[in-house]
Amino acid sequence: MMTVSRRETRALRSSDDVVRVRQAVRQWAMAQGFSLVDQTKMVTAASELARNTVDYGGGGNVLLEALNEGSRRGLKLTFSDQGPGIADIELALRDGYTSGSGLGLGLGGARRLTNEFAIDSTPGGGTRVTITRWQCGDRR
Amino acid sequence: MERIPILQMGPFLLVSIQVDMHDQLAMTLQDDLTEQIVKARAKGVVIDISSLEVVDSFIGRILGNMAAMARVLDAETVVVGMQPAVAITLVELGLSLPGIRTALNIEKGMALLRHKLDAGGHRC
Repeated sequence: MMTVSRRETRALRSSDDVVRVRQAVRQWAMAQGFSLVDQTKMVTAASELARNTVDYGGGGNVLLEALNEGSRRGLKLTFSDQGPGIADIELALRDGYTSGSGLGLGLGGARRLTNEFAIDSTPGGGTRVTITRWQCGDRR
Repeated sequence: MERIPILQMGPFLLVSIQVDMHDQLAMTLQDDLTEQIVKARAKGVVIDISSLEVVDSFIGRILGNMAAMARVLDAETVVVGMQPAVAITLVELGLSLPGIRTALNIEKGMALLRHKLDAGGHRC
């Protein structure tokens, strides 16, 4: 049975908040026993999604959840904003697609760097992106 | 305002990024570096990222921009000291930093620039 051992919400309003969320995710990933590479992948994915929340979603927040399932430990992050939403999710996930000035690797990159990825968005109704990574890189 | 220092070493500039940069700080570094290349008539730039624990697509883009701008200003750029976990993550993210020369550490990066300068600025 999966349980959540710790839960915390952090605001994402500015690029300073993006830095703070990176640092928080690093600490949580370390506490969950992630290897250095797994920590780095999760922090990088979080950085991409946190920036999207600030730059495209007009700000929002991230919910951090430490997961336990048997002996397995994981980290789940949910990024939410009330921004304009994404009209074509398939297109937004494609590498190289950007509506702004970025490289267009944010969403697709975050999906590749994590074990589980879910996106829920409606035009005008905001966006919610959830990523989960488990220690040891299992369930790939 | 917070800034990343740019040091001059003969014909080269050395930038050592020691903090977790927020986006504006990275943009400021990009502007400062281009100005310094012209001011110092620099022939090469070494960017040390050994303290960076995360390089996401934004920082990757800034590194690429700095190398491209330096090239237009007749200076070579070498990015040195990337941590192995960062390298693994970058490739999985889909970013292979095309057009950026890399070296393992500052010493090797400097040697590479010196070699290019001695070779008469001949470009590969």
